[in-house]
Amino acid sequence: MFSFPKLGIKRDVLNFFLVGVGGQGTILASNVLAELGLKLGYDVKKAEIHGMSQRGGSVISHVRWGEQVFSPIIAKGEADFLIAFEKLEGLRFLDQIRPDGVFLVNDYQIVPVTVSSGNAIYPSDQDIRESTHEITSNNYWVDCRSIAEELGNVKVANVVLLGALCGLMEAELETWFPIIASKVPQKSVEINRLAFQRGVDAI
Amino acid sequence: MRRLLSGNEAVARGAWEAGCSVASGYPGTPSTEIMETFALYPNVYAEWAPNEKVGLDAAIGAAYAGKRSLCTMKHVGLNVAADAFFYVAMTGIEAGLVIVSADDPSMHSSQNEQDNRQFAKFARIPCLDPADSQEARDFTIAAYDLSEQFDTPVLLRMTTRVCHTSTAVEVFEQQATVPDQKKYPRNPLKYVMIPANARRRHPVIEARIADISEFAETFIHNRVEYRGKDLGIITGGVAYQYAREVFPDASILKLGMVYPLPKKMITEFAKNVKNLIVLEELDPFIEDQVRAMGVKLYQPAGKAEQSYPLTKSIFPIFGELNPAIVRQFANEAGLYAAEIDFETAPISLELPARPPSLCPGCPHRSSFYVLSKLKIPVNGDIGCYTLGVAPPLSAIDTCGCMGASIGVAHGAAIAGDPERHVAVVGDSTFFHSGIPALINVAYNQSNVITIIMDNRVTGMTGHQENPGTGKTLQNEATISLDIEQLVKACGIEKVLTVEAFEVDLIEKTLRTWMKEEGPAVMITREPCALLPEQRKRYIPLEVTDQCNGCTVCFRIGCPAISKSEILDPKYNRPLAIINASLCTGCEICAQVCPRDAILFKSQVLAKSN
Ligand SMILES: Cc1ncc(C[n+]2csc(CCOP(=O)(O)OP(=O)(O)O)c2C)c(N)n1
Repeated sequence: MFSFPKLGIKRDVLNFFLVGVGGQGTILASNVLAELGLKLGYDVKKAEIHGMSQRGGSVISHVRWGEQVFSPIIAKGEADFLIAFEKLEGLRFLDQIRPDGVFLVNDYQIVPVTVSSGNAIYPSDQDIRESTHEITSNNYWVDCRSIAEELGNVKVANVVLLGALCGLMEAELETWFPIIASKVPQKSVEINRLAFQRGVDAI
Repeated sequence: MRRLLSGNEAVARGAWEAGCSVASGYPGTPSTEIMETFALYPNVYAEWAPNEKVGLDAAIGAAYAGKRSLCTMKHVGLNVAADAFFYVAMTGIEAGLVIVSADDPSMHSSQNEQDNRQFAKFARIPCLDPADSQEARDFTIAAYDLSEQFDTPVLLRMTTRVCHTSTAVEVFEQQATVPDQKKYPRNPLKYVMIPANARRRHPVIEARIADISEFAETFIHNRVEYRGKDLGIITGGVAYQYAREVFPDASILKLGMVYPLPKKMITEFAKNVKNLIVLEELDPFIEDQVRAMGVKLYQPAGKAEQSYPLTKSIFPIFGELNPAIVRQFANEAGLYAAEIDFETAPISLELPARPPSLCPGCPHRSSFYVLSKLKIPVNGDIGCYTLGVAPPLSAIDTCGCMGASIGVAHGAAIAGDPERHVAVVGDSTFFHSGIPALINVAYNQSNVITIIMDNRVTGMTGHQENPGTGKTLQNEATISLDIEQLVKACGIEKVLTVEAFEVDLIEKTLRTWMKEEGPAVMITREPCALLPEQRKRYIPLEVTDQCNGCTVCFRIGCPAISKSEILDPKYNRPLAIINASLCTGCEICAQVCPRDAILFKSQVLAKSN
């Protein structure tokens, strides 16, 4: 049984739904979560759709932890955590979240071609906030990109967001971080540690 | 040891553990990583073949030569390989042969949604359908044993969800001992399929499938899980997971082998449960067979019985299943009573789509820009360049399957279509199945202009090597096929290789060729912008104050250029802006800009110095 009293979560199976845009490190983050689940002794499933992601499309990954996990896919309305590496993608998949599930979003926008070509409008922060509030009051916005820029490498923004998730779950940095460290180049372990810590602190 | 493996990695692992030592295949989502992973194991030979048919012949040849072998492809690849698939079903093999077909329900990255379990039935060979990575590994190993026990190739049918889901797998750290080299068979009665021999083989394979059906009764990967007796579910593949998720109390007959079926096991199960349903993705493949056994399936009260030709009951015949869909359709059939809230709160905002598009710096863009200007019919093919269909380029009129472009353009020409047709095809696709079609154009002298977009790699599926790249799958140096020479050898006299970013030259050449009779081929050559070597060369371009918002550069459809918030004072139009974190410096925009308002790389560098 997973229990996060502060977040109002009590479940047999914990569902993480990750979304982002190709190139943001969404897949790396979901690999970390999946391995973490295994390390913590759970049955784990991680499902993702490759394909068009490199060409600017959305990237989706489902990660589930539990004593026994069957479906690889999280049904609509059943994600405990919606972890969005980009705001519009977070908004697009809001219906994945349970009522009062956790919406954790990187406060960052990547403008799709439909918007840059002037054929559509990127939703305003206010619109996004209003939409998310209709579904959940557990909203967490972290400016991962700026934190990563401050640290000197925009690529670690995904690790900042993972740090924020670790903070939300009140988990041990020392359990999480070695898995991240094993997945990044040796020379960038330190900056990733800083990024992760900044994420934890942002909550 | 327990490891997290994707279904694809698990198949590769299982093949290696089973002592498979030869593998050939062609990339295709969602199958590609099987071969990429297998190639890294010790003591194995693995290759990319130019197409699936060639790959399957190679794997068959290795299995005839006494080596356990593997052939991998996506579902549509099996259409290409079907000829080989059918003869090897007839001849059987000397050592185990496993053919992997990765199906793509919901068409996440495919042109159709065919259910390749049908191929096993069609050719009379067994089909295994794993539900997770552990099974993907275990079934692969079982498939080799089955293959040798019954002298048959085995179809391992995967689906996107199983291929690309990672689950924990118990693996063995050792490869099974590989059998000793056997003398190559001299057995024409079995291996030379002249009509006289083939006629003798046909009854053999019909008897074989009956024997395997008998074997299926005790096959360890077919199992019954009795729980409550009110509802019994026959299922296989990933649908098993949804059955367990949605109906925790139901009894389940889990079929690891979905063809041929164990008749006694099924009839016995049917007797022991009150309501019996089949839960499977795509075709009513198990369902039709179960009905053919005379077994009665649950009939929802007040609903007309499913009837020919639409025999699938309860669950949808298209698209991937998921727990929500299973609940919804079970509910409509009176099988799922719990309250479900189908109204997931709709988002009231209209959200901008994020369609995939040609990347910034993509060498395919220039040709499509020219083609969209020329407004001539373009017969497309399958690869990254299919994205030339997207606005604003909107430059592709047809696209069916790999290799179709040249043939379909030829068809228009021989039908006397008054417009000049252009076929566009990528390098890997040209090698795959474009060559015979181009020979047809040359042989029958049709007015087709073909553009071979040579980005020096198999791009769409994630940068695989191919006969043009000079490297093999296992990273050995090899020949790099000269496309221009090859095109000439096909009988095409008018051939020109251009650098893909030379917009004017491409336009001038096409305009000239359109006025002339006869076949012509243009090869646009430039490595994919995402290749590591190319990434090092990115130099973002800049827009100068000469821009007056004329919009020409927006017509190339580059994600790196967009309308800024600044308006031109005279025309009140938004000025162009280049996103430096996306721009590679391909200079297509700089070339098309009528006011020279975008700096070329050399100008950017000169300015910063
Ligand atoms: C019969 C078949 N096999 C494999 C695929 C998967 N597939 C789609 S595009 C493609 C390769 C495209 O490479 P290329 O022609 O070089 O074009 P690029 O993507 O590099 O532009 C492959 C293998 C398919 N759609 N059909």
